[in-house]
Amino acid sequence: MNRNHKKAWLYLLPALLFLIFFMVYPLIDVFIYSAEEGFNFASQSYFGVGLYNFSYVLHDPYFLQAVQNTIILVIITVPVSTGLALLISLGLSSIKPLRDLYQTIYFLPYVTNTLAVGLVFMILFQPTEYTDGLVNMVIEFFGGSAVDFIDGPYWAKMFVLCFYTVWIVLPFKILVLTSALASVNPDYYKAARVDGTPKWRVFTKITLPMISPMIFYLVITGFIGAFKAYSDAVALFGTDLNAAGMNTIVGYVYDMLYGDSGGYPSYASAAAIILFAIVLTVTCINLLVSSRKISR
Amino acid sequence: MEEHEVYEKIQHKTNHRNKIQKAVTYIFLTLWALIVLFPFYWMILTSVKSYGAYNAEHTPAFFTLSPTIQNYIDAFTTVPLVGYLLNTAIFAVATTVIMVIVSTLAAYAFARLNFRGKNLVFTLFLSLMMIPSELVVITNFVTVTNLDLRNTFVGLVLPSVTSVFYIYLLKENFEQVPDELYRAAKVDGTSDLKYLWKVMIPICRPTIITITILKIIECWNSYVWPRLITDDPAYYLVSNGIQEIRENGFGRENIPAMMAAVVVISVPLIVLFLIFRKKIMAGVSQGGTKG
Repeated sequence: MNRNHKKAWLYLLPALLFLIFFMVYPLIDVFIYSAEEGFNFASQSYFGVGLYNFSYVLHDPYFLQAVQNTIILVIITVPVSTGLALLISLGLSSIKPLRDLYQTIYFLPYVTNTLAVGLVFMILFQPTEYTDGLVNMVIEFFGGSAVDFIDGPYWAKMFVLCFYTVWIVLPFKILVLTSALASVNPDYYKAARVDGTPKWRVFTKITLPMISPMIFYLVITGFIGAFKAYSDAVALFGTDLNAAGMNTIVGYVYDMLYGDSGGYPSYASAAAIILFAIVLTVTCINLLVSSRKISR
Repeated sequence: MEEHEVYEKIQHKTNHRNKIQKAVTYIFLTLWALIVLFPFYWMILTSVKSYGAYNAEHTPAFFTLSPTIQNYIDAFTTVPLVGYLLNTAIFAVATTVIMVIVSTLAAYAFARLNFRGKNLVFTLFLSLMMIPSELVVITNFVTVTNLDLRNTFVGLVLPSVTSVFYIYLLKENFEQVPDELYRAAKVDGTSDLKYLWKVMIPICRPTIITITILKIIECWNSYVWPRLITDDPAYYLVSNGIQEIRENGFGRENIPAMMAAVVVISVPLIVLFLIFRKKIMAGVSQGGTKG
């Protein structure tokens, strides 16, 4: 029996080594870093232990800007993308012909390189030599006036970022919701048809309660994902996000770690822990709300 | 008789309503399909417009009568696009192969072997799934820097290998293989490793293929870790390469050539997706996380 134990651990060993070295140890270390004041990357020395790093980060205008951007992004994209995904999945499940084709098309953004396709969005919104860009042409066609979406006012940039984020995250949500809709027992719908229940009631009394666990799952993962937004912003506005005023919390962490403003793993750690605390709080609130709603 | 007419009328009316509803549904779905497809169309279209023609446009043109492949030639000759693609391929293959081996062994231990503390270790494994990569990336960056592994494939690959979720997925799959097979193999004196290789892996091949594809997609698109770890363009992956091209690529703002590079980078994954469409979508709905 003892020999078997050893063998089992041998099978586990590679995975354990990877996890301990690249996940468990770093997880502990990040808290240590965040407490070391005045950490110098070159000499690997520090001169105190305390909460100064957190206070520095919380007073850094770049960080506050990043928090503001991230929260706006979360508040806009999570409801919009979930709602849109619900509408699209309902539409998809009500049709038969072409359904496979639509599903394949809708999934395409999932398998694209975020950085590469972000460039396409940039040129769609960006003015060229003699034109204001394609999107502005459409706006002008409908009687609006052109806006510089990439270097212009804050809300124009935020709009592009939100639009691109929704475009990127929808495939996953549509996929999850269509399979949730397909798994609702058709007998419920048949019973409703026999009773002559109006469509709206069928939706609110049967469909919605049946798929609500999946909707909550999407809201929770959506919140987590949106709070970690970073590469979409880089794709649209370039690597110097602070200059564009479009930085996100994760972007702030990486800027502190590396790059022109980098070399401060302590500040990066403090910011990452703050982000984690925010995400954890929001997730807990979500779980509380959803367990109440579902058990009711 | 009259009742029957009334019934027909109602029937007719609902049919009519249903038709309108169908039409509205189709219009809505087509509209979103167009929004999804348009960036792809625009990227291909722009990539075949010539540099001069693109910049001389006074209104953006929705098609071109004189397509050129000059941009593709530029993309392959003026910037090291082949190098970026090759690096990404090496990175993706190495990471995926190591990940599949490590995960298979661990999943086998959890699913088939018995040892003390198995449940505890498995619970600890699962709890690691909740740790966001942003928290661990900082120390990993410092570790790799201190080990002098920046701008090496070892430094790129090793921290990207771990994925608890795939171990979990494989373990669930392995557990569905009936115990009788294992006992029969044991009676025949088959070793565990041989049983894993000859019986478990062939039976569970669909799941292994799924996680392989998902991991390759993840590697192809990874941006943050490669950006932290490589500052030598010779080791750039496609994501960093495209960022480099954007910031100081063709010596001037050459958008058509940039789009040609974007097409070249996007095509491999789209082809992979079209081949393994069913598998990828099933795998992602099981446990994909993007967004």
